[in-house]
Amino acid sequence: MNRESANGKEKLGFIVNPLAGIGGRVGLKGSDGLDTVKKAFDLGAVPFSPARATEALKGLSLIKGEIDLITYPFEMGEDEARECSFAPVVLGSIVPGETTAADTKRAAQEMAELGVNLLLFVGGDGTARDIYEAVGDRVPVLGIPAGVKIHSSVYAVSPRRAAELVKEFLRGRAPVCEMEVMDIDEDQFRQGRVSARLYGYLSVPFERRLVQGAKVGSSGASESTKAIAEHVVDLMRDDHYYILGPGTTVKAVGDELGIDKTLLGVDLVHRKQLVGKDLNEEQLLALITGKNTKIVVTVIGGQGYIFGRGNQQISPRVVREVGKDNLIVVSTQRKLVSLNGPLLVDTGDYELDESLSGYIRVITGYNEESVWKVEY
Amino acid sequence: MTTETLTHGEYDKHREYEQIETGYQAVRWHEPVIYELSRKGSRNQIVPEAEEEIRSKVGDVVSHIPEQMRRENPPELPELSEPEIMRHYLRLSQQTLGFDSGISIGLGTCTMKYSPKVNDQLARLPQLSEVHPLQPEDTIQGILEIMYELRNWLCELSGMDEFSIQPRGGSHGVYANACIMRAYHRSRGDAKRDEVITCAVSHPCNAGCPSTAGFKVIQLYPDKETGDIGLQALKAAVSERTAGLMLTAPYDTGVFDSEIGEYIKVVHEAGGLVSLDQANFNGVMTRLRAGDIGADLMHFNLHKTFSTPHGSCGPATGAIGVKQELRKFLPVPVVEFDGSRYHLNYDLPQSIEKVGSFYGVVMNALKAYAWIMAMGARGLREAAEWAVINNNYLIKKLLEIRGIGIAWPNRGKLQEARFTLEKLKEETGVGTSDFNLRITDYGVQSYFESHEPVIIPEPVTPEASDTVSKEDLDRFVEIFRRVSEEAYTDPGIVKTAPHRCAIHQTDPEPLHDPKKTVTTWRARLKKHE
Amino acid sequence: MSEGFVHRYIPNSAPGVREAMLEEIGFEDVGQIYEEIPEELRFTGELDIPKEPVTEFEVAQRIKAMLAKNKATDELLSFLGAGCWPHYVPALCDEIIGRSEFLTAYSGADATDYGRYQTIFEYQSMMGDLLAMDVVSTPVYDGTTASGDAAHMASRATGRKEFLVPSTCSPDRLATMRNYCDPWLEIKRVDFDAETGQMDLEDLKGKASSQTAAIYVETPSYLGFIEAQCADIAQIAHENGALLVAYVNPTSLGLLSPPGEYGADIACGEGQPLGMHMHCGGATLGILACNDAERFLELMPSFLIGISSTLVEGEHAFSWHTLWDRMMYATRDKAKSFTGTSSWLWGISAAVYMALMGPEGMRQLGEVNMQKAYYAMELLSSIKGVKAPTFASPHFNEFVVNFDETGKTVSEVNRALFEHGILGGKDLSGEFPQLGQAALYCVTETHTKEDIETLVEALERIVR
Repeated sequence: MNRESANGKEKLGFIVNPLAGIGGRVGLKGSDGLDTVKKAFDLGAVPFSPARATEALKGLSLIKGEIDLITYPFEMGEDEARECSFAPVVLGSIVPGETTAADTKRAAQEMAELGVNLLLFVGGDGTARDIYEAVGDRVPVLGIPAGVKIHSSVYAVSPRRAAELVKEFLRGRAPVCEMEVMDIDEDQFRQGRVSARLYGYLSVPFERRLVQGAKVGSSGASESTKAIAEHVVDLMRDDHYYILGPGTTVKAVGDELGIDKTLLGVDLVHRKQLVGKDLNEEQLLALITGKNTKIVVTVIGGQGYIFGRGNQQISPRVVREVGKDNLIVVSTQRKLVSLNGPLLVDTGDYELDESLSGYIRVITGYNEESVWKVEY
Repeated sequence: MTTETLTHGEYDKHREYEQIETGYQAVRWHEPVIYELSRKGSRNQIVPEAEEEIRSKVGDVVSHIPEQMRRENPPELPELSEPEIMRHYLRLSQQTLGFDSGISIGLGTCTMKYSPKVNDQLARLPQLSEVHPLQPEDTIQGILEIMYELRNWLCELSGMDEFSIQPRGGSHGVYANACIMRAYHRSRGDAKRDEVITCAVSHPCNAGCPSTAGFKVIQLYPDKETGDIGLQALKAAVSERTAGLMLTAPYDTGVFDSEIGEYIKVVHEAGGLVSLDQANFNGVMTRLRAGDIGADLMHFNLHKTFSTPHGSCGPATGAIGVKQELRKFLPVPVVEFDGSRYHLNYDLPQSIEKVGSFYGVVMNALKAYAWIMAMGARGLREAAEWAVINNNYLIKKLLEIRGIGIAWPNRGKLQEARFTLEKLKEETGVGTSDFNLRITDYGVQSYFESHEPVIIPEPVTPEASDTVSKEDLDRFVEIFRRVSEEAYTDPGIVKTAPHRCAIHQTDPEPLHDPKKTVTTWRARLKKHE
Repeated sequence: MSEGFVHRYIPNSAPGVREAMLEEIGFEDVGQIYEEIPEELRFTGELDIPKEPVTEFEVAQRIKAMLAKNKATDELLSFLGAGCWPHYVPALCDEIIGRSEFLTAYSGADATDYGRYQTIFEYQSMMGDLLAMDVVSTPVYDGTTASGDAAHMASRATGRKEFLVPSTCSPDRLATMRNYCDPWLEIKRVDFDAETGQMDLEDLKGKASSQTAAIYVETPSYLGFIEAQCADIAQIAHENGALLVAYVNPTSLGLLSPPGEYGADIACGEGQPLGMHMHCGGATLGILACNDAERFLELMPSFLIGISSTLVEGEHAFSWHTLWDRMMYATRDKAKSFTGTSSWLWGISAAVYMALMGPEGMRQLGEVNMQKAYYAMELLSSIKGVKAPTFASPHFNEFVVNFDETGKTVSEVNRALFEHGILGGKDLSGEFPQLGQAALYCVTETHTKEDIETLVEALERIVR
């Protein structure tokens, strides 16, 4: 794919979801669906995205002449681009005032086909899911949150910071890493049993300086995750079974063993061989009941959950069967520090959660552990 | 964009930025690399030929060297005459901002302070500089006396029982202490003790050194609210596998862990040793003694609190201090005094033997000793107070500046503090690495950001030692204020800094990529062939 | 409490400043700030250190009086070497490292400390030329720790557990290496030929295996002879999939083949001879280098100065943020390493020295050292009962002298020499009992013909 225009410039895709976050402030759940949007406007909602978008573009003004900004019509990016004196390439067509998730997906798809180096988008939690469905991890993406704070590594903290990161990335100075996309809006998580599924992984640039073991151009956490994986494998005993949860750090354990561990699912390993793949709760229990077992989990999502987000297959029954002293938690130090808060557990079993809380040891390197707080 | 050179538009703007008056312009000699000045056949007559009689008696000595060990191709060293070499290195020295030239308040954890010149002079006297370490003890009683007297004073300041200056730096000292910990547990047959606990706001050598000595490292982190580790967290790290605890006190963040007394008790009860890294001694000297609060081992950086010059990054000394029961593990020799004569004792059968050659950097011992003498106990106390007052003054003034915050604002700070430019970054896109480049355009040394892991985002860690004046502090603050203003009005100036230093902003790309890294001129020439 | 305490090193101690500053920060007394230290941990006693400051004049007086109790090698005729050697230090070296900019700098930025970084890059470069190696570290603590670092690198590069060293290895280096190798490597000793001192290659072949991380060789040896079999040893190492670590003396590298040319993978050494006074063993420069960047660059444990460009075309930048992640400061790995403030000022001195000498100067330096040593050996061996050198091998500027047949111990000989104002060679009888009453003598370009003859005459009288 041709990643540089004929004129030698980098291609930056730019998508604005104009209605993102509108519902939240006025007490509505989500903002998809034109009815909800109309209701929100009637309640006095004001769109956030345009202001966020222009602020980000202003931060890119220094490199204006060196990039081709590729965007979608009117309020999906074109308006903001022209306002900031960019001369954008405008793709596709929309019905102004009536944009939907389908438009976002189409935009992402078309920009990916055009070979953009990076896809910058302004939106809410749902926007990341739409983009994931459209392009997966084929193209690096970076989100700017519109309105509501989003605990997701797919999003930069602020429009200005996003602009800085875009510049770093286009200069080849920011590595990319896979970041989790969850299937529910984390900030609208209500009480009751709503399961949060690990939707997939997006490829997202991150600030080099914050990272240990990052080499330019490669997956940022590869150095430290390899060390962690080596340590876990060196600890493995032949008479034990190992439940390996989802996530890239646990996948690295799989890589170290030379097995094809699923990225999103829960697998079972014994004597360094894959014994079961993408197992659910019942399958797990059938295989490990009565056996010496350990569970290897890592942090899923931006809020720091080690149980309860994306790995519900490792249910309270499974954890009780294994025994809470047989938990191995792995994570890079960078990830822990970026949480800026404790690890979290939410198995749905209140007493189990309470027993898991306190301080635990996390494997953060070869022969290195970190003590971190766990809350429920 | 794959190179760092500016576009035409940016370059013109850059030239504009360069014209902005800051009251400073660094020396710019555009001095080439010495190889580029080389002129084949230049020779300096430094060493005479051997005497005629020697030459005729021994004949062609080179013929004694077996052919396969003879150098065929002369080393491709540059060839210049003496005045050219003098000028070259003189110019390079002029393009270096040492402590004496100006404000080094930015370099936190380094404890930059004035190195008395009289001490440098004394250390150059031939009775030290021309002494061979293996000379008979009778001929070096003066040196041994200085080392022993220093040892006495360091014991007093630390509450420890014996010292060694053999380690040649702080990290080296922590490594020696880790070796002593290892030897101690082994001597008691305690092989299962393989874990050392440390904290992420201690110096990274508190993790790297026990790691090198074969220990597993358990990292603790400062609590978000309190800045302390917390007793619960420490207890989660302690077990029957604990060999010891290695902590810096106060932390590099300037916070004194309020529960450190408890941690020491818990670790002792579990059978571990406690080693205190006293690199940050400058603010607490005469008010805190590691030995009194329970440390079994510790170290001082003589090139920090004790004023010996930093030397462009060494020679340095990590003077390690131990309690009596660990004395037998110290590296040899240990300096002793029998009432009339000083001895070098090599006879410590359980010693870890050697971590470096000979006795250590003896000149640093002399300089530290002379400095303590010049200060007196009263002066040490004053100096510590001034470090703390200067630092707190700096904190108050810096926090008045837009965009600057401080970590753990509810905790008092001692010898230094860690600030954050997170707000500035969010509001302007200018972060700490940009800010750090721009302040140097105003004629001050850059600042220290943070060791890894970077817990406080966009960190700034200055340290105002006792030898810094109020005027310097005010100037430093004023420069921060100006650069903050620039960030809010025209961030381009800051992001493309420096503009008035010896060189412009470095392209980091070749430095991160092992395929592009070059550490010698010969390697560079090969790459470009 | 501190009224009127004005000190020459504390600018703010001038009257009135303290009160003004405390007022600004809202404290009445500095003791309030110290409340951060829990009361039970605070020291409140009296220190047994002289209370009052001392004037500069008195500091100088007292220190000079203490130093006057020393006798240095400008008063005594010394033939001591063994890891710290007497060489002529050109005036330019002291001049440049006396520059306060270099003496008091530390860890500034690429642009503010540009001169310091370029100078150390030039040190790395010139050392690379001497060693014939492309990757050179910034100076590390000293030659002994450099050997330790080399052992670590070998362990990480090969994943193996054995480190083979000659039995003639310097005991101090061996002791330091033992610490560094613990618990990663087991040190195994290789025999030497009693006649020549050279490594016993048959024994080496027997001990080298697929467990060997590296073979370590010293040339010249601690005992002064030139190890001639380096290329063969390199071959044995490589045949076993192991590395060759060569420990060298930079003074000899104008004459002797450099490690990069006989197959050494890693080179280490002591750089003190390159423009440093002896300073009672306190001036040391650890040399560490390697050739195969792809294999070893990322295993280098210490700071590296790399070269890059800047925003403005044609400018060089030199930075120590070169492969920063590789070090203890950023990442963790098996067989860890550590580094820190070490000995860069001596690197500056060495850069000046190597530039002054140039290729021809280094060659001449090596030749003069050898000539003087060979002259000494010839004259000494003409003394009845004295065998110099012990080993039937070529030597550089140090050699073992054996006194067995004089009936006197080295200790007795050295005491007698001292009465003549001469310091004899290092007594080896404790370190190497198999060598008998032997001493390690060092002769350099600083010893005149008269000096050597003085030694010989004195010895003749002593052993009579």
